[in-house]
Amino acid sequence: MDWITTVDHKKIAILYLWAGGIFFGIGGLEAILIRIQLIKPMNTFLDAQTFNELITMHGTTMIFLGVMPVIFALMNAVIPLQIGARDVAFPFLNALGFWTFLFGGILLNLSWVMGGAPDAGWTAYTPLSSTSYSATHGVDFYTIGLQIAGLGTLIGGINFLATIITMRAPGMSFMRMPMFAWATFITSAIILFAFPAITVGLVLLTFDRILEAKFFDVAGGGNPVLWQHIFWIFGHPEVYILILPAFGVISEVIPTFSRKRLFGYSSMVFATILIAFLGFMVWAHHMFTTGLGPVANALFSVSTMLIAIPTGIKIFNWLFTMWGGQVRFTTPNLFAAGFIPTFTMGGVTGVMLASAPADFQFHDTYFVVAHFHYVIVGGLVLGLFAGLHYWWPKMFGRMLSERLGKWTFWTFIIGFHLTFFVQHFLGLMGMQRRVFTYLPNQQFDTLNLVSTVGAMLMGVGMIIFLANIFLTSRRPLDAADDPWEDGRTLEWTIPSPPPEYNFKQTPLVRGLDAFWKEKMAGHKGMTPSEPVGPIHMPSATILPFLMSVGIFIAGLGFMFSRDEFGSDIMSFLFNNYIVTALGLLITFGSMLLRSLIDDHGWHIEPEELEGR
Amino acid sequence: MMKTWQAGRRLLLMTAALGLILAGCGREDLSVLRPQGPAAESSFALMKLSITIMIVVLLIVFSISAYVWIRFRRKPGQQEIPKQVEGSFKLEVLWTVIPLILVIILAVPTVKAVFAAGNDHSDDKDAIQVKVTGHQYWWEFEYTDYGVTTAQDLVIPAGKDIAFELSTKDVLHSFWVPSLSGKMDTNPDGTVNRFSFSAPNEGVYRGKCAELCGPSHGFMEFKVKSVSEAAFEDWLASMKAPESVLPEDPVLAEKFKSQCLTCHAVGSMPASSVAPNLTGIGSRESVAGILLNDDTRVDGAPVEENLKTWLHDPQSVKPGNTMPNPKDLGLTDEEIDGIAEYLAGYTLD
Repeated sequence: MDWITTVDHKKIAILYLWAGGIFFGIGGLEAILIRIQLIKPMNTFLDAQTFNELITMHGTTMIFLGVMPVIFALMNAVIPLQIGARDVAFPFLNALGFWTFLFGGILLNLSWVMGGAPDAGWTAYTPLSSTSYSATHGVDFYTIGLQIAGLGTLIGGINFLATIITMRAPGMSFMRMPMFAWATFITSAIILFAFPAITVGLVLLTFDRILEAKFFDVAGGGNPVLWQHIFWIFGHPEVYILILPAFGVISEVIPTFSRKRLFGYSSMVFATILIAFLGFMVWAHHMFTTGLGPVANALFSVSTMLIAIPTGIKIFNWLFTMWGGQVRFTTPNLFAAGFIPTFTMGGVTGVMLASAPADFQFHDTYFVVAHFHYVIVGGLVLGLFAGLHYWWPKMFGRMLSERLGKWTFWTFIIGFHLTFFVQHFLGLMGMQRRVFTYLPNQQFDTLNLVSTVGAMLMGVGMIIFLANIFLTSRRPLDAADDPWEDGRTLEWTIPSPPPEYNFKQTPLVRGLDAFWKEKMAGHKGMTPSEPVGPIHMPSATILPFLMSVGIFIAGLGFMFSRDEFGSDIMSFLFNNYIVTALGLLITFGSMLLRSLIDDHGWHIEPEELEGR
Repeated sequence: MMKTWQAGRRLLLMTAALGLILAGCGREDLSVLRPQGPAAESSFALMKLSITIMIVVLLIVFSISAYVWIRFRRKPGQQEIPKQVEGSFKLEVLWTVIPLILVIILAVPTVKAVFAAGNDHSDDKDAIQVKVTGHQYWWEFEYTDYGVTTAQDLVIPAGKDIAFELSTKDVLHSFWVPSLSGKMDTNPDGTVNRFSFSAPNEGVYRGKCAELCGPSHGFMEFKVKSVSEAAFEDWLASMKAPESVLPEDPVLAEKFKSQCLTCHAVGSMPASSVAPNLTGIGSRESVAGILLNDDTRVDGAPVEENLKTWLHDPQSVKPGNTMPNPKDLGLTDEEIDGIAEYLAGYTLD
């Protein structure tokens, strides 16, 4: 019950982590099934329809329900601590964001048991995603599930923007903010501008499917290429929503374990902003073969290549952070070290893809599959692993086992390269992506076998990671405030796990790497910026949970509103939008309650803070 | 200046070496890395250039990484605090400018090639005009200048530019012959795409659909047969031969007419684009695009056997295709075999 009503950012972080972890596991299982099917030519392990459902759900689940929530978990766990705040700006909204994400994710995955998962690819290109060619409710689950989950992301993004703008500790100017906080700030800004695009797209597609609108139907005056534009205007910035937080994590981990400040901090900040900015202007590079014509292709080619420049700045700044330092290969830093070359490999193939005439060959082949897995798994997932191992003691008060952590790293990264490196060649040798099987004698057989073996090894790495978590959770709380000993930022100045109110006294920040600066000055901790006083805390509430349940019910009701049910009662309830109305009533009713009930929260008194 | 020139020469040498290595990858009739026509060669040249630049970048990043990991490892007992370096304006400018130069080196030929690829030959009198229509899960080829329509096997004269006009009857597909040219999507009416390529060497090339289009997306293959000019003329002539060859057995002929020709066309018999045109199907490279016809049986089966496989259960060959099962149309096993035999014998001269 405590977990359902909590508005504490640290608990919400843990909720995000578990929910995201479970979806990540589901997405991983889907990936393993895909790779088993492709282990040999003309395999009959899965049928074509199931395979298409699996690839669609693997992509959708991993991006929206797997990695994004884990990113949000890290942001929630760390950002208020890093900027010296007691919570996020809107704790209630933070909880609401989590619950809408969770119920959206559940709705999407219900499709497996409610008559067919979405099967039009995670990009859901029309007309394949229209009711004419995807007749089950699969794509409805996709549009409505993602809509609900996307709501949570948007709420979360706005919340972090507000938090970072308004709640930094005294002395923490923007240019003294840790890189992870910067990454979160920019990521949230991208979310704010990119998510409305997918929201609109999903609404239009929902209307096409459920209300028989014709936005994407040529016969009705629509245009299917419009969907591609809307999708990628969101979809490309989405890539940076994913990768910038990983950049942030790496920028925290490397300095800590090199005992050096981040090289070129201000150029890192500007590179991040530049990447975000350029990220919005390159969406059509996903559409070079759509037939936009040479002028558009040339412009989008060049603008895409430009992203290599700020990204290159980051890579070299990380390398030169280690230069002259004392590099310690703890598990988090192993992941960070593995990140740099691996991500660079994904980055350079990105530049190759940017060259439109070459992309005519790469597009929709396994070369692209290899490229984006190098970026998303080799970049983001390695970054998340680095971050999770790094902040685990802060979040849970326990150090993860270093020995198991190193096993996780080596099995995962070797498996990763085995899986995806050969896929570059598969694509160049003529294997298109999203094929449920392939004919023999095309020289695809061995490389596919290697790829599948690699995927299994990645699975082993994940299992070791889970074992590590499980074994660690049975040990007593053992983490020091500053368990890595070279912590540089504010989160390492408070106990692990932090108390509910984070900072007894808000710290005074005197420079970049605030804690490191105090340590170098010979101080044990931060100088407080205020006397000890009562701390205002928000009240726990079940309303965010109820609001999300309401939307969830409304979504299901809307989706089935045109179905014929066996029983008259069911048909009556759904066909007259009664279920939809009921769901919306719960949501809006909860909103009304939230407005009417005057809840001032509560205070933690100084006596309590002093432990009396 | 001397140094730049040397670096440029090294880049060229590496490009050449890389070309040799990559050229060993994959089948000649399928691999992007073994281009068989000018369009694919232009893509391949850009790929070689970009791979070379990228390998140079990777080598630099890998070497610096390896160096810092080994050289700056924290030694046991090392306690002194390393110097906290804020950054270096010179270095940071260096790694802003170098990538910019590399991007320009790649961007210039890219833009050139983009506009070259935009030249679609649609108003070229010497080019062969072909209208490609994608269907779930087969390809229709209409030679607009000759009034000939065929399916699955695209026959072209070697060395001539083929001007394509691409569209789809249902969902989006993407027309791709890796060893001859990059791909282009087939969109519905209103957004018809045009492009062109040529195949200087005679041979059979494998083509694929590259855009997810339903369950049998992976099976939506086709062949491009590049033949001599004379052979092409012969092929056109026999495709235009007016009489339609029907099964000899009148009962079977009647069945074929009433059951098959409602969707398919043979010769001058009712033209329909609901299903693949069957004229001269016995001479094609494959049945249904994926059952390779091969009398020597090293890479498939004889055409008659393939036709039987297909006709006895089309769904098991290509799941989700729209062909009804002939058995459900009331054809007996013998009749199906008879039709398979007839179709296998229906060859072009």
